Amino acid sequence: MNWIIKGARIVDPSQHIDDRTDILIEDGKIVKLERNLSAARKKGLDSMDLAGLVVTPGLVDMHTHLREPGFEYKETIQTGSEAACAGGFTSIACMANTNPVNDNRSVTEYILRKTAATNLVNVYPIAAITLQSQGKSLAEFWDLKEAGAIALSDDGKPVMDSAVMRRAMEYAHSLGLPIISHCEDACLSSGGAMNEGFAATEMGLPGIPGIAEDIMVARDLLLAEYTRSSIHIAHVSTAGSVRLIRDAKGRGIKVTAETAPHYFTLTDDDLRTYDVNAKVYPPLRGKNDVEAIKEGLRDGTIDAIASDHAPHAITDKEVEFEYAASGMIGLETSLGLSLRLVAAGILTLNQLIEKMSTNPAGILRIPGGSLRPGAPADLTIIDLERSWTVSREAIRSRSKNTPFLGWDLTGKAVMTMKGGVITFDELRN
Amino acid sequence: MILERKDILGVKELSKDEILLILDTADSFIEISTREIKKVPTLRGKTVINLFYEASTRTRTSFEIAGKRLSADTINISASTSSVVKGETLLDTARNLEAMNPDVIVIRHSAAGAPHMLAGMVRQSIINAGDGAHEHPTQALLDMMTIRAKKGRIENLNVAIVGDIAHSRVARSNIYGLKKMGARVTVAGPATMIPRDIEQMGVAVCSCLDEAIKEVDVIMMLRIQIERQHQTIFPSLREYAQRFCLNKKNISLAKKDVLVMHPGPINRGVEISPDIADGPYSVILDQVTNGVAVRMALLYLLTGGKA
Repeated sequence: MNWIIKGARIVDPSQHIDDRTDILIEDGKIVKLERNLSAARKKGLDSMDLAGLVVTPGLVDMHTHLREPGFEYKETIQTGSEAACAGGFTSIACMANTNPVNDNRSVTEYILRKTAATNLVNVYPIAAITLQSQGKSLAEFWDLKEAGAIALSDDGKPVMDSAVMRRAMEYAHSLGLPIISHCEDACLSSGGAMNEGFAATEMGLPGIPGIAEDIMVARDLLLAEYTRSSIHIAHVSTAGSVRLIRDAKGRGIKVTAETAPHYFTLTDDDLRTYDVNAKVYPPLRGKNDVEAIKEGLRDGTIDAIASDHAPHAITDKEVEFEYAASGMIGLETSLGLSLRLVAAGILTLNQLIEKMSTNPAGILRIPGGSLRPGAPADLTIIDLERSWTVSREAIRSRSKNTPFLGWDLTGKAVMTMKGGVITFDELRN
Repeated sequence: MILERKDILGVKELSKDEILLILDTADSFIEISTREIKKVPTLRGKTVINLFYEASTRTRTSFEIAGKRLSADTINISASTSSVVKGETLLDTARNLEAMNPDVIVIRHSAAGAPHMLAGMVRQSIINAGDGAHEHPTQALLDMMTIRAKKGRIENLNVAIVGDIAHSRVARSNIYGLKKMGARVTVAGPATMIPRDIEQMGVAVCSCLDEAIKEVDVIMMLRIQIERQHQTIFPSLREYAQRFCLNKKNISLAKKDVLVMHPGPINRGVEISPDIADGPYSVILDQVTNGVAVRMALLYLLTGGKA
């Protein structure tokens, strides 16, 4: 598809652009950005007037769970991709905790085959660090990379054994594969159902202390420094983690970090009704943690916002709080919730797009995150004024587990384009 | 006055007036249990289901007797420890029970919040008979009834609650209730048994028994769960008993007319010495007697009774 996009505000952090300019797209690639591109009517060149809207590099969600293979009743690559497009994403990375675990070439290849058949969004498989994510022996990193895995993570479980983590970091670094660490001291968090604090005390629920995360963040930073490798910290939820990562960056340790919208939007007080949809891992934390996350986003300590989209069927959730599965969907609410940071003056729109597109693409070393000439024509078109309500009926994900049902949000992706092909369109339909 | 609520899920939600209404109603029911014929027709035709997912002798029997003395039909269901193990979910069980049209469902469950989930799903009144480490409202109400009967008031009394506060629903419900009624509450136990930020509930915290019970009007001793030794919460029962057992010697630190309470079942010689449990300060069996009256009062008020 060939397009001339006219009239929009272009926000591209990779080129420090925030300007009204036109975009020429040919053969699925960005050709040029220029003011007043003449729509010299070439054959097969369609013009799109997007006045009043914002065009950004396609959003990249570096942390999702697509549940396929193994848990197709929660989500599939097809339904997860549809949800991603509707949320404005053109690329997503999916975690390895499927069944079987993505710890070998055949699972990675399976995911890529399914993605090719779906072809709505670029799906990048993240492979397991250890076999079965058991934390004991390393998966075949080189073979997984050859098969198409772009990063490594045992997300959902920590690598508790520091010697295993050390070897993983050394080995992966030599292959140029990022390691995404789920930081949790499983002994400290054992049996916990929510953040340890006043809310848990009143609710009588076993707590997960913030230090269960902090201690492992500290360990991984020390390992990254010692092995001269790098580390990406997943779903940062505590003030302690933010402080540790900030200090480590200051000392030149190669660390990047992500948080998820719920960690800067909700606190453990939001669990007071025993709302299983707000049960998530790591757990929603206290007010000071939320403030620290916002500050970490503002000052650049936290590089990326990822949804940690974690679909669970109603049967996994509609049980006693302690037995309910942890996790919430996020692909379709991530942008809307994150735009609240812009409205609150914590991030500029440019900074937000950097954290939702340019930075995650850079951390994962995947295409996208930029509207540079030659880049794939992955675009997200955002209506910053659009008010909408999160509703069960509108959710495209197969699972509906979100505590944000009924929330009124402002700002929404109204069109998504991958490689010059429109994958989601609420604008013209 | 009538109690304008569908469920009794916790003391936290109750107002002082509601607590007074329940206690006054319970006081008036005490006499029924002392009659030759211990039965009144008040709840004839009403059905009360006791749905117990956790072992219980005292509370379940108390609810059953309360229902029967008011002529309700009471049915006891002892389910396995958790719905997950059992195979049928709690909600499916509840929907099935709902379909049989009971009037009140009394539930005890090891998971905090289970009664709240149930209350949102079924139209029947739910009474929380203890949910995890969250609340045990009927216990706190019978405790307050006992204190009021013995002391004539609750306001301005000093109350010490001693033991595994972190895992105690009895402690939480009593803290809410006693604070609302104007008492001062101190909680005490080894630091590993004090839950985080509990001071925010308006209690003083103490890690020494002697200090906690100094000049208090009421001492509530909590049951130490022997299983918890294995969770590194405390070194041994022996050491616990040395530090926290209420005995003849340390009780002299409290006021002369101190009340000693315990929700039961007691571990004699662990948290309380036999001579104290059976001695003149102890109102442990009064608590049990009053428990029937409090539960009668709640069944009566929830099914539309007027005080």
